Amino acid sequence: MSGVLVFIEQNQGKLHKMALEALAAGQQFAAELGLPLFAAVPGSADALTGYKIDKVHSLSHELLKDYTPDGYTTALRQLIEAHKPRFVVFPHTYQVRDYAPKLATALGRVLVSDIVGHRIADGSLVAIRQLFQGKMNADVRFEGDAPHLLSVQAGAFRADTLQAGSPTVETFTPELSAAQIRTKPLELFRESARAVDLGAAEIIVSVGRGIKEAENIEIVRKLADALGAELAASRPICDNGWLPMERQVGSSGQTVAPKMYVAVGISGAIQHLVGMKGSKTIVAINKDPEAPIFEVADYGIIGDLFQVVPALIEELKK
Amino acid sequence: MKIVVAIKQVPARDSLLKVNPSGTWIEDADLAYEINEPDAYALEAGLQLKEKQGGEVVVLCAGPERAGQTIREALAKGADRAIHIETADQGVTDPLALGRILAKALEGEQPDLVLTGLQSDDLGFGQTGVIMAELMGLPHGTLIMNIEPEAGGIRVKRELEDGWFQHVDMQLPALLTIQSGATKLRYATLMGIKKAKSKEVRKLAAAELIGASASSIRVERIYLPEKSKKSQIFEGPPKEAAAQLVEKLRFEARVI
Repeated sequence: MSGVLVFIEQNQGKLHKMALEALAAGQQFAAELGLPLFAAVPGSADALTGYKIDKVHSLSHELLKDYTPDGYTTALRQLIEAHKPRFVVFPHTYQVRDYAPKLATALGRVLVSDIVGHRIADGSLVAIRQLFQGKMNADVRFEGDAPHLLSVQAGAFRADTLQAGSPTVETFTPELSAAQIRTKPLELFRESARAVDLGAAEIIVSVGRGIKEAENIEIVRKLADALGAELAASRPICDNGWLPMERQVGSSGQTVAPKMYVAVGISGAIQHLVGMKGSKTIVAINKDPEAPIFEVADYGIIGDLFQVVPALIEELKK
Repeated sequence: MKIVVAIKQVPARDSLLKVNPSGTWIEDADLAYEINEPDAYALEAGLQLKEKQGGEVVVLCAGPERAGQTIREALAKGADRAIHIETADQGVTDPLALGRILAKALEGEQPDLVLTGLQSDDLGFGQTGVIMAELMGLPHGTLIMNIEPEAGGIRVKRELEDGWFQHVDMQLPALLTIQSGATKLRYATLMGIKKAKSKEVRKLAAAELIGASASSIRVERIYLPEKSKKSQIFEGPPKEAAAQLVEKLRFEARVI
């Protein structure tokens, strides 16, 4: 088929929130390269029947009902070898991170993971991905034979650009036996109920590594109070137990989009940015002018937070 | 239990990075280096498991000569011995080639468990462990928070998105990538540092482990990212910067 194949993540019949972003990326690549677009989805294809896709492969097998890296790798490898797509596009989810590098290795390829953008040059795709925790970008070209595999970062492509259509749906039944699956997944669980709903906050003040010590969080709490904001944090702060996990923003914590998000001493690693970059107004306070947080900030102060935050509190009281 | 922990040396977290004149890599001559933080958590998980179960922790690292320092630090924290695969100055930037080198270096070791960090802070592919698992024919789990030995294997706690977790059972040997932050990192003791000096570091040459093979990707150039938003940045004395910011938030963004 030599087109673009998008893998749609769907667990227990529910689409992953990034699945349609990957589909949007696939639609763009297919249109720009003049290639047909295909999608593969485990289980029912019902969620995809309204979009412009040439054909949807519904992966049907008892052993794919619960995700396992062995099951998914085996099934997708068979689909790819049967249909020979030129590009395979994944959403960069935790699940994709778990099996897609294995699939790529089985195919003798490198997965270009977590791309933030692309351009077309000489009739092919150049993927843009970040290095050094977002401090640098790299243009990456695919060499050699297809398939070329890539995964797209959360928010890099927009699901609201999706074009409507009516794909044909075909069932693909991989050859899969229980003996091939070496891990046994058990029930999903949560550690505790969340008492704090950061999603409902209008203003969030969030603190990161730059705060250095647990006792220092008090000054950021005062800023939050002065703004009538909820206090949140990046992962290292919650890992250290300085604030409870339920206040963590980022890919492993909550995703928020308040009216204003104030990032204090947060460098802006991508795992944090994906959780907050949808905020309406973003303010960053950081001593490092190259910190990636400034790339998404509307307003920023470059300076020592231990001087800047008290000055801000003072100013807000006026 | 024989545990191999694959670690990487990366530029220190607070490094100010510059692109080299040819735009192919960063200016790396004057940088400070340290252990890739996620790998420090993998090492910690390995050391804790050894303390509970007995056995051996072997550190595996591919990198130029300077990586020797990071390897010594891992030995000082309690690893028993190390394998240093020496590479050219820039290290190995193709994840599949790196996986092949690491897997090849472990031939004959027959570890029960291979651990590594969930991703590197420099290239950030987040794939090395999973690639090694496929090449070594091992089952794997990623983003692991906890490892419990069980009859005939292990039960691991895997982190999923949005605060969800899952237990997964698997047999040994296996490969796990460890989520950062699940435990506290230890410091090397004075005694540990002393002992590390006499621990074995076996040296291998990357070029001799795998032949040259064509990569399926090529980094064309690297560059500072363009800002996606027009930010207004205030510098200078904190009082003035704070006043300017509050003025903007009140009258331009109108969020306060």
